[in-house]
Amino acid sequence: MGLELYMDLLSAPCRAVYIFAKKNGIPFDFQFVDLLKGHHHSKEYVEINPLRKVPSLRDGKFILCESVAILYYLCRKYSAPSHWYPPDLHMRARVDEFMAWQHTAIQLPMNKILWIKLLIPTITGEEVPAEKMEQAMDEVKRNLQQFEEKFLQDKMFITGDHISLADLVALVEMMQPMGSDHNVFNSAKLAEWRMRVELAIGSALFWEAHDRLVKLPSWDFSTLDPTIKIRMSEFLKKYK
Amino acid sequence: MVLELYLDLLSQPCRAIYIFAKKNGIPFQMHTVDLRKGEHLSDAFAQVNPVKKVPAMKDNDFTLSESVAILLYLTHKYKVPDHWYPQDLQARARVDEYLAWQHTTLRRSCLRALWHKVMFPVFLGEQVPSETLAATLAELDVNLRVLEDKFLQDKAFLVGPHISLADLVAITEVMHPIGGGCPVFEGHPKLAAWYHRVETVVGKELFREANEVILKVKDSAPVNLIIKQKVMPRVLAMIQ
Repeated sequence: MGLELYMDLLSAPCRAVYIFAKKNGIPFDFQFVDLLKGHHHSKEYVEINPLRKVPSLRDGKFILCESVAILYYLCRKYSAPSHWYPPDLHMRARVDEFMAWQHTAIQLPMNKILWIKLLIPTITGEEVPAEKMEQAMDEVKRNLQQFEEKFLQDKMFITGDHISLADLVALVEMMQPMGSDHNVFNSAKLAEWRMRVELAIGSALFWEAHDRLVKLPSWDFSTLDPTIKIRMSEFLKKYK
Repeated sequence: MVLELYLDLLSQPCRAIYIFAKKNGIPFQMHTVDLRKGEHLSDAFAQVNPVKKVPAMKDNDFTLSESVAILLYLTHKYKVPDHWYPQDLQARARVDEYLAWQHTTLRRSCLRALWHKVMFPVFLGEQVPSETLAATLAELDVNLRVLEDKFLQDKAFLVGPHISLADLVAITEVMHPIGGGCPVFEGHPKLAAWYHRVETVVGKELFREANEVILKVKDSAPVNLIIKQKVMPRVLAMIQ
């Protein structure tokens, strides 16, 4: 049995792992864990990852979760080109710094936009107060500014002239609001960097990875299983 | 020029770096950035870290934030014993997994527990509804259970038979609610045993020194009102 990656491409961390594996020709079995069908709560999946999150990796008996850990593992095991995770002490530190910062500064705020703009109204039937939306948007704006000033600056990519894991993770996360038809790439600098990263990955692979996400606004939520609906409503409560 | 570390031992991630540097005999100049006096908001400190957070590191012209990045930087630069961040692919992945997981889970609930139980009433002079505190402590318990059942299991340390960066980050996190007087080990006997093992390996003297500030946190002087105005929005953002 080869490498197995348990994913749903609706999730940004899954897209990072998917794109990285494909780009580097790493052979794997795509085990689809359909979040919209609640498969992450299934008995089979809970055995793989009791935390019920995606992505997960299974390599023989070895199971690993957390996309950052998975990306580093794949990089090392399959000897990916060094620009992905540079050996230079300072460049590597910048990647580590971004990977640590993004959990709370980028991933979560970007998800909140998706939840507030699309999932909460569609699944719970309730609109979110405009104030909450404004707060979420302000946070995204502030953090994107920090991203530009601290991580990107005037470089082509975060570590300099070449794409790294940091750019990959940053971009897939900033794409998340697209699932609610919301585009955060409002500054010229950010839009240009976005294009460079897409081209470095390869446009075909990039959009293949984002296909399920960009189709989300037209997904038929009336087919959502009632149990899943209740579970998701519970989860989304704190963001209302 | 010697390595400079900008720390306040009130902060969990600062404690991890302090212990790691001292334990490994890494020479550094300590700059205390007193959070309770708002020193992290000064223009001088913004030169070191524009994000205005501790810990921050300056190695000649190279500045770095994010404790996980700093710990990894020190690990690579100073060639510390292997057990801290093992060369073995799977053991290393386990450390990465913990370091990624903790940001939005244990770190967050330990922070909230301290602020809701002690810092809001004692330092900020703000009452916290008992339901809020109860919910925070319940969430902390859930994360402690994950620490015990998923990460520690029946091992001596989180990743195996030896202490690693994961244990250091975890122990400094649980010191937060311990300092706040929360019964962290009630119902978690394995964690209690692990705590003592980590303390022994770190060395009782260094452990006590690193935790002196957090263990006295209940005696915090009430905040200066001008400082309160400045820090309040950031506090609320930090613990959301």
